[in-house]
Amino acid sequence: MAKSIDEYLRTQFMPHIWCPGCGHGIVLNALLRAVARLDLPKDQVCVVSGIGCASRAPGYLDFNTLHTTHGRAIAFATGIKLANPDLHVIVVTGDGDGAAIGGNHLIHAARRNMGVTTVMFNNSIYGMTNGQYSPLTPSGMFAATAPYGNVERNFDMCELVRASGANYVARATVAQARQLSTYIERAIENPGFAFVEAVGSCPTYFGRRNKLGSSLQMLETLKKNSVTAAAAAKLDPAELRGKIIIGEFYRGDAPGYIELYDGVIERAKEAAGK
Amino acid sequence: MSIRVAKTGNEAVAEGMRQINPDVVAAYPITPQTEIVQIFSSFVANGKVDTEFVTVESEHSAMSATVGASSAGARAMTATSANGLALMWEIVYIAASMRLPIVMPVVNRALSGPINIHCDHSDTMGARDAGWVQIFSENAQEAYDNLLQAVRIAEDKNVLLPVMVTMDGFIISHAMEVMHLLEDEKVRKWVGEYVPENPLLDVDNPVTVGPLDLYDWNMEHKRQQAEAMIQAKPVILEVAKDYAKLSGREYGLFEEYMLDDAEIAIVVLGSTAGTAKEVVKALRADGVKAGLLKVRVFRPFPAREIAAALGGKKAIAVMDRSDSFNAVSGPVFAEVRSAMYGVENAPKIVDYIYGIGGRDVTMDHIKSVYDDLAKIVKTGQVERALTYLGIRE
Ligand SMILES: Cc1ncc(C[n+]2csc(CCOP(=O)(O)OP(=O)(O)O)c2C)c(N)n1
Repeated sequence: MAKSIDEYLRTQFMPHIWCPGCGHGIVLNALLRAVARLDLPKDQVCVVSGIGCASRAPGYLDFNTLHTTHGRAIAFATGIKLANPDLHVIVVTGDGDGAAIGGNHLIHAARRNMGVTTVMFNNSIYGMTNGQYSPLTPSGMFAATAPYGNVERNFDMCELVRASGANYVARATVAQARQLSTYIERAIENPGFAFVEAVGSCPTYFGRRNKLGSSLQMLETLKKNSVTAAAAAKLDPAELRGKIIIGEFYRGDAPGYIELYDGVIERAKEAAGK
Repeated sequence: MSIRVAKTGNEAVAEGMRQINPDVVAAYPITPQTEIVQIFSSFVANGKVDTEFVTVESEHSAMSATVGASSAGARAMTATSANGLALMWEIVYIAASMRLPIVMPVVNRALSGPINIHCDHSDTMGARDAGWVQIFSENAQEAYDNLLQAVRIAEDKNVLLPVMVTMDGFIISHAMEVMHLLEDEKVRKWVGEYVPENPLLDVDNPVTVGPLDLYDWNMEHKRQQAEAMIQAKPVILEVAKDYAKLSGREYGLFEEYMLDDAEIAIVVLGSTAGTAKEVVKALRADGVKAGLLKVRVFRPFPAREIAAALGGKKAIAVMDRSDSFNAVSGPVFAEVRSAMYGVENAPKIVDYIYGIGGRDVTMDHIKSVYDDLAKIVKTGQVERALTYLGIRE
């Protein structure tokens, strides 16, 4: 049996800030279960976050943790990984944090195949600042800054990160907590850049404004709207409208940045005759 | 003639923005500023303004889009707080050096780290040398009044500089108070149409904006920028005079409160002035000759005028709501003491760093500052040049 996740929590800092019914807790739970199954020593894990409701998670975690600035977690994490490549560096980010203000760091970390695991808590909204639309708010949905519906198109983060060169890309919703946890586990094991989009729910801002019902109903909706990548491949775009495609989109084994960098060190040593 | 309402600082500023009806607003949410732009975005959505509203993906983009719009010839605005202002940094300097009359409300919040969302002045004080006019507000009424005046100041042909209008985060931005709005029509007429001088959109007269400017002319351009800030001072006073005709509310570079015959006084910015005035009243009732000087315009810094107002006092305390970490004092103290240099009968002058990260400042705290000043006058001795007010040490 896997270890209990309790030892990873700083319970002295609870209760946490998340609203009742918020999906962030389920994502955090999935992350901790993945760490527990991998049986990683606490001191070998470093969790880094930006700013937002999701980014508050590390405050409750008994690992090495670093709470940084809005959008910059991956840049900080890159520095940590390079300074101590033995650490399992995990970034916790929101859809605003990671896809808007910090989007540049995300694609470049993927391009470098930096050995960092990124878990994006996608609640489709800027939660912490009261519900403005984010680059992951689906078109047409309502937000504080879109009282008549969002005219902008939303990113498909998994496609973006995959195209940028990441080694591992997967998506699950909080209605598939076990699957989500398995993906995070595989992401942590991958030596390159690994990205898991966890589609959750923000009943307070996104749910209320879009009349999506209770948090339980929102969970049901996530479940109902989820389509596996295999099933999605057989559907046409019209049938896929409003659906969330879940699954592992890419599992590669290209050498990660650390391995390549070690190679440079070896070559430089040889050239210097050491 | 004016409309009496109960509004928070954020609501008041959003109303002001609606009345100004800028051509372009580009912004990114950040506590405690978020509400201003959020309320404004509903005005946009409901057709109450003609503004193009851009929901950018960061403050760096917000200031960039604002600079772009302003160069094109639009009246452009944004708003922010703390880390948002810090992220704008690069473009904040560009806006000033390109002489773009952008107006930006900044809701003061402690700059990280440690992470904090409450009020101090570290954000705007950090930007004090960026080349923007900086106007501080004591309450929602002043934030609104300063915002409207900022447009006229920024766009004055002798100035053409961006203006930051600040208010204290939460203390003003989120607290409701009774205030007076002016009628929409009146404001629109008073603020007027913006007529840009060399807009990019004037395609018949093409111009280049922001090109490389090395040692040949750079210094002359920076000198012109400095001159604009010098010119801003009389313009700020003219605009205030004209605004008084419109609103009945008078503003100067600073406010003197029972300062004339005062022997001891404090210099303060923002909402704390309100608290301090109550203390002054109480002290006066006890026969203590206490006074107050509230700095409204911090850039350009009214050095000569402040020196004249404080000369002849016996002891002065400067209240700094941010630290300079220069191992000497906070930023306001440095300016005020420098202004007092060479003044005959210059008072003894001490600094108090207070209210950092939203630490509450009570009347008792302010009273203790006046007590310290009274002691300095009595003994002729300054025991501590810098005090961290209410600190646990
Ligand atoms: C430079 C900067 N700009 C803006 C903010 C304000 N801010 C804090 S959290 C946040 C959005 C968070 O949304 P998301 O990343 O989706 O996370 P969630 O809160 O929904 O979990 C914003 C805009 C900030 N802290 N720093």
